Amino acid sequence: MTRINLTVDGEKVADDVEARMLLVQYLREKLGKTGTVIGCDTSNCGACTVHLNGQSVKSCNVLAVQADGAEVTTIEGLATDGQLHPVQEAFRECHGLQCGFCTPGMIMQSVDLLKENPHPSEEEIRLGLEGNLCRCTGYHNIVKAVQYAAEHSSGAVEGAPA
Amino acid sequence: MTAVQDAPAAESEIGKDRRRKEDQRLITGRTRWTDNIALPGMLHLAMVRSPHAHAKVLSIETAAANAMTNVVDVLTGADLGEAQGVNANAWPITTDQVTPNHLPMAIDRVAFAGEIVAVVVARTAAEARDAAELVDVEYEELPAALDLKEAAADTVLAHPDLGTNKSAFWQLDSAGQGSGRAIDEVLEEARRDGIVIEREYRQQRLIPAFMEPRSTVVDPTGEQITMWSATQIPHITRFLLAATTGVPESKIRVIAPDVGGGFGGKLQTTPEEWITWFVARRIGKPCKYTETRSESLVSAHHGRDQWQKLTLAATKEGRVTGLKVDLLADLGAYVGIVGGGVPVLGAWMFNAIYKWDAYQFNCTTVLTNKTWVDAYRGAGRPEATYAIERMMDELAAEVGKDPLEVREMNWIKHEEFPFTTVAGMTYDSGNYEAATAKAKQMFGYDELRAEQEQRRANNDTVQLGIGISTFTEMCGLAPSRVLGQLNYGAGGWEHASIRMLPTGKVEVITGASAHGQGHETAFSQIVADRLGVPFEDVEILHGDTQVSHKGLDTYGSRSLVVGGEALVLAADKVIEKARPIAAHLLEASVDDLEFANGRFSVRGTDQGTSITEVALATFASHNYPEGMEPGIDAESTYDPVNFSFPHGTHLCAVEVDTETGGLKLRKYVCVDDIGNIINPLIVAGQVHGGLVQGIAQALWEEAVYDDAGTLVSGSFVDYLLPTAADTISFEIDHTTSPSTTNTLGTKGVGEAGTIASTPAVVNAVVDAVRHLGINDITMPCTPERVWRAINHSGGGGADPTEESAMPHFSPDGPNQDHGETGEGEDL
Ligand code: FES
Ligand code: FES
Repeated sequence: MTRINLTVDGEKVADDVEARMLLVQYLREKLGKTGTVIGCDTSNCGACTVHLNGQSVKSCNVLAVQADGAEVTTIEGLATDGQLHPVQEAFRECHGLQCGFCTPGMIMQSVDLLKENPHPSEEEIRLGLEGNLCRCTGYHNIVKAVQYAAEHSSGAVEGAPA
Repeated sequence: MTAVQDAPAAESEIGKDRRRKEDQRLITGRTRWTDNIALPGMLHLAMVRSPHAHAKVLSIETAAANAMTNVVDVLTGADLGEAQGVNANAWPITTDQVTPNHLPMAIDRVAFAGEIVAVVVARTAAEARDAAELVDVEYEELPAALDLKEAAADTVLAHPDLGTNKSAFWQLDSAGQGSGRAIDEVLEEARRDGIVIEREYRQQRLIPAFMEPRSTVVDPTGEQITMWSATQIPHITRFLLAATTGVPESKIRVIAPDVGGGFGGKLQTTPEEWITWFVARRIGKPCKYTETRSESLVSAHHGRDQWQKLTLAATKEGRVTGLKVDLLADLGAYVGIVGGGVPVLGAWMFNAIYKWDAYQFNCTTVLTNKTWVDAYRGAGRPEATYAIERMMDELAAEVGKDPLEVREMNWIKHEEFPFTTVAGMTYDSGNYEAATAKAKQMFGYDELRAEQEQRRANNDTVQLGIGISTFTEMCGLAPSRVLGQLNYGAGGWEHASIRMLPTGKVEVITGASAHGQGHETAFSQIVADRLGVPFEDVEILHGDTQVSHKGLDTYGSRSLVVGGEALVLAADKVIEKARPIAAHLLEASVDDLEFANGRFSVRGTDQGTSITEVALATFASHNYPEGMEPGIDAESTYDPVNFSFPHGTHLCAVEVDTETGGLKLRKYVCVDDIGNIINPLIVAGQVHGGLVQGIAQALWEEAVYDDAGTLVSGSFVDYLLPTAADTISFEIDHTTSPSTTNTLGTKGVGEAGTIASTPAVVNAVVDAVRHLGINDITMPCTPERVWRAINHSGGGGADPTEESAMPHFSPDGPNQDHGETGEGEDL
């Protein structure tokens, strides 16, 4: 067991974890952050995407111990003061989700994408989301949602709602 | 100023692109997936699965696993025995169907790689998995039936005790049932003085690959045993748990909480559910099992997997006179809940939108030692649509006409509805001319054809192909009497109830069970309109058998056309129950009351009361008519009178690089006629998602097995789900021919995109290279297969069609293409 200290969605937390525990398991099983989900066992689906120190990562591909001292933001920490993040708003507005299982990962990845490239072309959006699988939407409306967020926010940067 | 005081007609909810009610919780992570559930003292299960396709289980050594810290128990099939129940087949397609007994956990023989032979129960999932590694199973391998055609010849038996791999033979014959002429006659005529086209197509095996892995939690600690499961069918699961495990139905509560996609893949009662049920009851503690993605791909049922032999008869001008279909359908190792029935659902769809003289559909279902096969989005109808839409293109090529022109020569004209087809179905409504005209215009059909000409003339290395699919499908499974005739184990009705709460809120309970379709939104719109209450005040409850005690769940594009109609009927009953109470309160005669926009008003006066006020009055019950019950809640069970038949014209442009075989989707346009639309936003989403699943069959997806019967594409590394980078944006629109089989005039939309798009894409790919002498490319049309087809290397690849042709094929007959089929290899 290793002691880790980190900040998750703005709260300081500490736990003893097994060295092999994945960050996604830590979030779900220890912290009850079940908004972040697991869709595969080969790091292909991106459903588990969170931000680690402001950068999107697949949390099934990071050990909990690697997050020691880090700042983690999950889908549950994206809205601030009861205000949806512009990308969350855009997904709803554009019907960018159906079953919603891929959605936490898609949103977290889209936020990161827009942070790096606030005005992406359709192609740049599609390439930027390549690591996130969705079986329901055919991606059409997810792409539209990212475009919408780009147009409707003064910069869809994390923590800066429009 | 005189304001218009007559209750201004409230804006209709139906037809509005309402944002979804479901979304708030889903975009903020406040979700209730089954795997999120944690109960005090909950134990975790890990399954031990067979690595062999077919083997005897000689011994299972569990002591080492059992000795691990925090392992509670290790159980084998022998421990579970009969008490584990069975995974039932609810639709034996013939009375003499050969159906292997399907125990959730195998006892002495496994019939596919992935079948469960033991379960480990531990305090954490990780510990259960660690211990599962220590369970030592000794197998004696048996020969496995893997190839569908060989299995159909009974060379190796998947279940030796059954004596055959052939599960059932099912036929529809237009002459036999009186819906058309005899197929042999028509073929004979065509051979003499017309055109006969014979083809064989492969429907590769697909994996539904819903994004949420399946998960089950069973809590045995209450008076009722509760199962949460990532399922499409909580009601059917409850019924079958009772029927096969002996627990009284009244003691069982099944809940499908948020469910992350299904596409037919969660239309199943699974060994994993049954084992979790058994273990929790035996140990007396809540138990959870969540599969890994790799387990999901190997053990959740697959879809498609057919060989289709087609013989089409037509006149020299291109009027189709008949079609004979010979299907081989792989069931895998067991007959799933509707496994045998899936290919049969295609029987009424091969004739699609066309008028023929004769039709015969022959289907043989075959057992093999592979993962079981059952419903996957479209279920039987995509396969049929693929076959006929590919054949219509072949016919067009044969007669040298534009494929749209040939379709038009053959399709049912809009003034001919209702139309009874050669398969014996009566189509409610449609307008193929209108949808096609609109699609052509949106697509720029003539311009693209001109560009194609140009590229051909220039011998461009990148060639353009245009693919067409004018599909129809049948939705709204199904009139119960039809299902009865088909030997199906249940009915096709749906149930709804409406509770008028005293505070003016409305609770609507539906027996449909959504898993991403947006029922909470669309159903709210229907009820809001009908009862004249605000959209926001309607709450849709579903997926919990204790709340929704009666229902048949969600599949087959039935929720709206059947479940929606049940809602309408229940709402109408609420209004009728409220009417005499309203009259009483208003001291008016019932006959003088009008109901509109949620208000009862006394004709010719300004007196009135709202339906929610009536609900409150019945709650107080201080004043209501004598002899009446104080209450206006109502319920209704609706049994559909017929299917509904949406249709559409899909057009696809694909660029093929003839040097590399590389493909590029350039444009995709579809105009679907799905009757009246409740919520255009949700409909568009269903179409987009359906399109990509169908396109994925055409271009990318295939479940591949090796010679030992191991699923090679057993993870998301190898099973190629399309990403955003592989796909394009679509142009979609609608024409509207309201359904005549339900009051809302709606038709289903859940499967339309998937059904239509696969042939549109493959037709486009073949069209791009047809001038090079190619008339087929096996799905998925990978660059390698396309390249091979262009380069004539081996022509057909691993599954040459000609050698194995059925007797009615005459290789030397007219219209055969020799050595130019472009199928790729099976791998
Ligand atoms: S769970 Fe699939 S990438 Fe992390
Ligand atoms: S919305 Fe269902 S997987 Fe993306």
